[in-house]
Amino acid sequence: MESILKEISEETLLNEAQAIRAEGYRLIQICATTVKEGGYEILYSFGKGYDEMSIRFHTDGKKPVQSISHIFSPAWLYENEIHDLFGLDVCDMVLDFRGGLYRTSVKAPFAHKEEETK
Amino acid sequence: MGNRSVVPFGPQHPVLPEPIHLDLVLEDEKVVDAIPSIGFIHRGLEKLVDKKDFNEMVYVAERICGICSFGHGFGYCDAVEHIMNIEVPKRADYLRTIFFELSRMHSHILWLGLMADAFGFESLFMDSWRVREKILDMFEAATGGRVIFSIVKIGGMRRDVPNEMLREFLKSLDDIERDLEIIIRTFLNDRAVKGRLCGVGVLTPEQVEELGCCGPYLRGSGIRRDTRKLGYAAYDDIEFDIVTSNDCDTYGRSYVRAMEVLQSISIIRQAIAKIPDGPVDTVVKGFPNGEYMTRIEQPRGEACFYVKASGKKFIDRLRVRTPTFANIPALTQTLRGCDLADVPILVLAIDPCISCTER
Repeated sequence: MESILKEISEETLLNEAQAIRAEGYRLIQICATTVKEGGYEILYSFGKGYDEMSIRFHTDGKKPVQSISHIFSPAWLYENEIHDLFGLDVCDMVLDFRGGLYRTSVKAPFAHKEEETK
Repeated sequence: MGNRSVVPFGPQHPVLPEPIHLDLVLEDEKVVDAIPSIGFIHRGLEKLVDKKDFNEMVYVAERICGICSFGHGFGYCDAVEHIMNIEVPKRADYLRTIFFELSRMHSHILWLGLMADAFGFESLFMDSWRVREKILDMFEAATGGRVIFSIVKIGGMRRDVPNEMLREFLKSLDDIERDLEIIIRTFLNDRAVKGRLCGVGVLTPEQVEELGCCGPYLRGSGIRRDTRKLGYAAYDDIEFDIVTSNDCDTYGRSYVRAMEVLQSISIIRQAIAKIPDGPVDTVVKGFPNGEYMTRIEQPRGEACFYVKASGKKFIDRLRVRTPTFANIPALTQTLRGCDLADVPILVLAIDPCISCTER
């Protein structure tokens, strides 16, 4: 099994996703992570057979992230999840629940809060 | 165009053990669109990385699901072990494989029963669950638990299973196999059952790939991909073929699950025959520092465990991508164009586990 991780910039997301799609990859998952220094990392994992390729970029979360759901159709579910849990706006999703995918008692529970002591 | 109406399906419904809601847009009796809605039981377990240290998170991961709890605990441990370069003792790898396959068996048999119940075959449902009890008895004998086992840990297994008990397992598996052959024969050959499953929810191989499906849902459309072939635990030492079906419908998915139960028996027999003596855990020193994504084959399909850590007692991120989550887009696809009467069958066809999905 081959596993590749490529760091990209937010602006090149759609081009990268299109190129990956053209190579015959499928979407495995999308994962957001809060970065202690500020902002968020968004990791996209794709698979072809058993091989895995991931791309990742850092966003400050101030402007909307571009949806890849018109390139990889199942992405809408992951993107709605990221919106509901991390409070990140994702634009141009093919199916946008507008914050209604998860019913959380706390808005965006995984988003940055005041520095927590670990 | 016929009369158009919207029918709510769930979150409470006789075929749904867990809550999912669908807004079904109907034209007369045909579903023309289906909008899923989840989130009724979102627990935010991934957020507990802030409160539980990396060892305690094994218990949290196990509690993601009550059916495939072992696999979730294992997936998390495997990711952390990769980050920390921990080599798990061989006996622990074999025990993990045995528990994994027992979990697959009881999950698939539970599903066969639920599906039988959904199309009104009550005796098949009861027979399936009667057999499943024997597997839960094996879990209880080995771990003391029937749902959550707390036997897997970072670095191996929390306790050994004696060889005498493994030999007893082989006898139980002989009984289970005999019972299963009757159940599966009925499930796959009964005319009434085939009438309810054949040609329902058809997805081509291209569609299941496009929709990001996994597990029996994927293999039921002829795609030969099973993450166990990546060789984690002791699967590298075990011979097994990937079960697929070219039917591409709900019958094909049922066939894959039924055959995988029998295949699991074969895998467990091989594992018990080959299991070496020796320790079952290794000492873990330090804290994880790095990131890794493990992919494992849970009963419902491929599950991904992404762990990111920065050398502290508490990890920075645990992300679990569960198989049901991956199969929801395909569910909405199969519902479009189906008869209203087939909706419960199609929802069950993905073997939905909403607890897993919402974590």
